[in-house]
Amino acid sequence: MTVGLVIVSHSSRIAEGVVELAAQMAGGTRIVAAGGTDDGGIGTSFDAVIAAIAAADDGSGVVVLCDLGSAILTAETALEFLDDGVRARVLIADAPLVEGAVAAAVAAGTGGGLDEVFAAAESANGRMRPDPGTEHAGAGTATSAAGGQAGTVTATVTLVNADGLHARPASEFVKLASDFDATVSVNGVDAKSLLRIMALGLGPGRAAELAASGPEANAAIAALVGLIESGFGEKPTTA
Amino acid sequence: MGLTGEWARDWVTDSAEVIAQNRVALITLDRPIGDGDHGENLDRGFQQVLAKLDGLAPDATPADVFKLVAMTLISTVGGAAGPLYGTAYLKAAGAVTGAPELDGAAIVAWLTAARDGIVLRGKAESGEKTMIDAWTPAVDAAAGALADGRTEPEILDAAATAAEAGALATEPLVARKGRASYLGERAIGHRDPGAQSTALLLRSAADVAAR
Repeated sequence: MTVGLVIVSHSSRIAEGVVELAAQMAGGTRIVAAGGTDDGGIGTSFDAVIAAIAAADDGSGVVVLCDLGSAILTAETALEFLDDGVRARVLIADAPLVEGAVAAAVAAGTGGGLDEVFAAAESANGRMRPDPGTEHAGAGTATSAAGGQAGTVTATVTLVNADGLHARPASEFVKLASDFDATVSVNGVDAKSLLRIMALGLGPGRAAELAASGPEANAAIAALVGLIESGFGEKPTTA
Repeated sequence: MGLTGEWARDWVTDSAEVIAQNRVALITLDRPIGDGDHGENLDRGFQQVLAKLDGLAPDATPADVFKLVAMTLISTVGGAAGPLYGTAYLKAAGAVTGAPELDGAAIVAWLTAARDGIVLRGKAESGEKTMIDAWTPAVDAAAGALADGRTEPEILDAAATAAEAGALATEPLVARKGRASYLGERAIGHRDPGAQSTALLLRSAADVAAR
């Protein structure tokens, strides 16, 4: 059971491309393209949106992302034609298509609920709510050192892979961080927010300051340090 | 005499003709401030409605005809005009469901419902260079004509005349909604294609009622 995504675009190739990109970042989620008109032209299709929502929904709900103006109008019109029970679990996110889809896909892929996936999509619109309750983890500088303030486990790890915490490694990081019963931050931002992590722009050689609290804080930090030190499976810069 | 299901069918037939005749004119209006597809999309939509008109029951009410137009435009017009006009016709149908004939009050009711549907869908207000700038004057003029005790064709004529003036009055406006809003002041001097097609459709409704 995962939240599904529907990508509505004027162009079938844009919609399919966004699905391809988002699926690469978050395999296993249901992301359905609804691009172009029924005769393959530029525009949006009411029927295609209705069908895509049905295909994306396993009962967990659907977040719909749209490109330009009339895509939103078509999606909103489609929502009006859904049964009340289905409509209640379909949300149209106000977010840029590519960034919103990627963030939502990662949130859906890590088992996020409808509200969380919706919030992840909307985190891409530049009007993010203030990051709640993450403290800056500047406690230690020693690699993989655990310590810090009471209840918080911290570690500082140097990024060794060629591209640092860019899109794919960042999504792996978010997925792993989501596996633990812990509140994790990296350089002060929520480790479950793909876009916030990517916005840090942490390149190779930069330090990632991890902090975790909660029942599985130690395990989370150990696993995330391991992931970063492994270079995310990429060739390290100093190979 | 009220407007019948036959009037509604004839309005659809005439609308399809008028939109086809004005296809290029609407494209020409849309090209500098939109994406140039308004005339083509609307023409395709109304041709589809025309093709489905014979499938209606002989005793179809005006609301039945409006609903057919709504569903067909929503499904076949790829641009913003599909959901916007589709919602307008759908709400219009809802306002007069079951009525075999529409008197003046019913006309004002469906015009109002159509306008409110477009406002709901497009979230536009008056003065933002959209089809609302034709619809709202049309609704107000129709209500005024009803209050003056005018006949049904006269009420539609008042609506059409006000819509035409409203469409013309979009020319000096800066667009606040849709693709034209990206242009800022460069949209000044161009008439909004949606307001123009609204004026054409309401003029058609009045012409058919006056026959």
